[in-house]
Amino acid sequence: MSDREIAADPFAKIWKFFASVRLTIVLFLTLAATSIIGTLIPQNESPEAYFRAFGPFLYRLFDVLGLFDMYHSWWFQSLMLLLAANVLICSIERLSSTWRIIFVRNPSFNLERFRRLKPKKEFGDNRNAGALKESYSAVIARSFRYWRVAETDNNGFAIYGEKGRWTRLGVYIVHLSVILMLVGGVIGSIFGFEGFVNIAEGDSAQQIRIRNSGEIRKLDFAIRCDDFDVSFYTTGAPKEFRSRLTILEQGKPVLSKDIIVNDPLHYKGISIFQSSYGQLAPQDQGLTPPGEVTLSFTSKATGMIYEKKAAIGRQIDIPENLGKFVITEFNNNYNFRGKDLGGAFVGILYQTDGAQIEVVLPIRFPSFDRMGPMFNKNRKDDVFISVSDVDVKQEPAIARYFTGLQVTRDPGVWIVYAGFILMIIGCYITFFMSHQQICVEVIDKGKKSRIMVAGTSNKNKLANARKISKMAHTLANLEQRA
Amino acid sequence: MSSSTILSIVTFIYGLAGFLYIFAWVFKKESAGRLATWIAILGFAGNTVGIVMRWIESYQLGIGHAPLSNLYESLIFFAWAIAFIYLFVERRYESQIIGAFSMPLAFLAMAYASLSPNISDRIQPLIPALKSNWLIAHVMTCFIGYAAFGIAFGTSWMYLFRQRDTGDKSPLFDRFPGIDALDELTHQLVKFGFLFLTIGIITGAVWANSAWGRYWGWDPKETWSLITWLIYAAMLHVRYFVGWKGWQSMPGKLLGAFIVVLIIGVVFVFFKKLFILPFYFLLLVSLIKIFGAEQRKLFAYLSILGFAAVLFTYFGVNLLPGLHSYQSMGQ
Repeated sequence: MSDREIAADPFAKIWKFFASVRLTIVLFLTLAATSIIGTLIPQNESPEAYFRAFGPFLYRLFDVLGLFDMYHSWWFQSLMLLLAANVLICSIERLSSTWRIIFVRNPSFNLERFRRLKPKKEFGDNRNAGALKESYSAVIARSFRYWRVAETDNNGFAIYGEKGRWTRLGVYIVHLSVILMLVGGVIGSIFGFEGFVNIAEGDSAQQIRIRNSGEIRKLDFAIRCDDFDVSFYTTGAPKEFRSRLTILEQGKPVLSKDIIVNDPLHYKGISIFQSSYGQLAPQDQGLTPPGEVTLSFTSKATGMIYEKKAAIGRQIDIPENLGKFVITEFNNNYNFRGKDLGGAFVGILYQTDGAQIEVVLPIRFPSFDRMGPMFNKNRKDDVFISVSDVDVKQEPAIARYFTGLQVTRDPGVWIVYAGFILMIIGCYITFFMSHQQICVEVIDKGKKSRIMVAGTSNKNKLANARKISKMAHTLANLEQRA
Repeated sequence: MSSSTILSIVTFIYGLAGFLYIFAWVFKKESAGRLATWIAILGFAGNTVGIVMRWIESYQLGIGHAPLSNLYESLIFFAWAIAFIYLFVERRYESQIIGAFSMPLAFLAMAYASLSPNISDRIQPLIPALKSNWLIAHVMTCFIGYAAFGIAFGTSWMYLFRQRDTGDKSPLFDRFPGIDALDELTHQLVKFGFLFLTIGIITGAVWANSAWGRYWGWDPKETWSLITWLIYAAMLHVRYFVGWKGWQSMPGKLLGAFIVVLIIGVVFVFFKKLFILPFYFLLLVSLIKIFGAEQRKLFAYLSILGFAAVLFTYFGVNLLPGLHSYQSMGQ
């Protein structure tokens, strides 16, 4: 087929369009430019919020354009599909010729071509060509995987060396990785889900709510939250969220695990992540403070733990002569630096040095007072107090926590991860490895000889020129040593 | 001496090195250039010591973690990576003028970290989301990538100045390395940066999957890192765009106009915060320039545009809503 015929064939025309690097660049930049929109408009908010923010006209316009969930809109997905087609067709188009270059049994060398190359070094030697053959071959063999010697006219010879033919495949590895990531992403979005569920301590749940769509999905097993704990640094920043979860199959526990952020629970292809927490509204707002409470005092000096019954307003002596303590009030929702710690007793510790220290004893967090000396420099670090037991009848007064869990299933993730690994390997090969060829021609001039070193590389021409001079330098020095 | 004190001193050492590199370039003083190199090496050593000491100090406070957890620490590491890559480039390419475009970047990063009242240099404990081994891999690879892009940003400007300089020889730009060398150096730096940015995004995705249950969620930080990646990916493909003479065809111009209108529309309709406008103005000017540029200039322009995207990913996104907000200014 002549060029004109190819141009007239619509199929060939489409093929050519998809195989062009121009399309790649346009798609990359268009994807980059349009992606900005979704970072400026918060995605997947409620329609009312958008309506309020943009007014009726813009709301309708953006809704039609899918800008409220733009990364899943038809036009953005079409751009990605175009990119996938571009990558695929481009690779097929070029792979056939690359394949022919890579898989040849005996690479052929054209001496004339090397003579014409620009990165070329020449030098002379005081011996004839025959004396140089062996030592030169050894040098080339050391740095090139394939090499051979060819005789030339007038007792001269040429050594050819080459390596890294296979590195021409690197770019196809990168392209394959892009396809794998896109395929993995599609599989994940079709066969996977991303949901969440809030479970109160002690409760279990089998239904989760799918993010964005809001539909309910039933799992084949139930998740029970046995316990939830949050701990804080002295700065008030959260230190750890921990949920003790148990998986129930037909009501029978099969697996228990503590999950924290960055350490999820995996069961039957479903992953459960710690994502948030909160407090259930107290069932009874008019709470009465618990009548009697058991406090435990831990002495730092001896390590002894003393349990004592206490009630609001009743002063008690702390053993080991560590001072006196009185509970002054009960707070249903004690607020610690903006965080609700739930029910807490507040009391005063009379230290032996005369100082009066306010002590907070959240029922949910028995070790909270360990941090006491860090909040108040007058506090002696000799005893810490916690609530070990409160009146059972008052149980509803204690705020219960719920844990917020992210529940996801993504069968495509391993394909995406395979893509990740190939992407890194492929980029490394494509960027930093090259197909190099070298030719050392030795022309015999009676007792002397003339040497030319030239070479090519499919990447980084400047580095190639440096390598050629280095090789020429090595060969020239070889002569001096001999 | 505490690590913050050392790092404040390093700021001035980098400033001095940058000044000397510029001085040596403008006044053609080789002795100043040699001194600049030694001072840059000194600053780099101090920077290294500062990072290591900060790491040790965090353990002494009982909240031990790698010093890569907040804006202050990331800026310090950013400066360290710029100095490291620059010194390597100087040794390899034997040109000190690049230092006049690189060391000031390291200085600015350090100065922003040390002097900005919005950035605390206190060592803080890790919040639950950051407690992961991926933190080190993710932050280090991203910032090594950013640093390489930062130096490529400098060499791209050098390329643009150098290639303009054909008729009347300007003595300043004449001292730059040749355009082929600058072009190739930019390419090498971007390839290096791209590999590290790719690993950075990937480690971030794997981390996100272990912390939040999804490897990609289109939150603004993630999206902007992808935008950066796409720009540099486009740039690397421009290398194969041999013979490109600029966008002259009608469909090309229409597409260009469409993108520009789209972006202007988006900015003016939603983004009511004015501070962003200079960024966008810069972006638009670059885009218009880019449409008309021939292959090698397009390559340099995309490198500059890419680094603008890096800066927005780094600083700008903190002002947008999203899960990455732990990196907020005050923290």
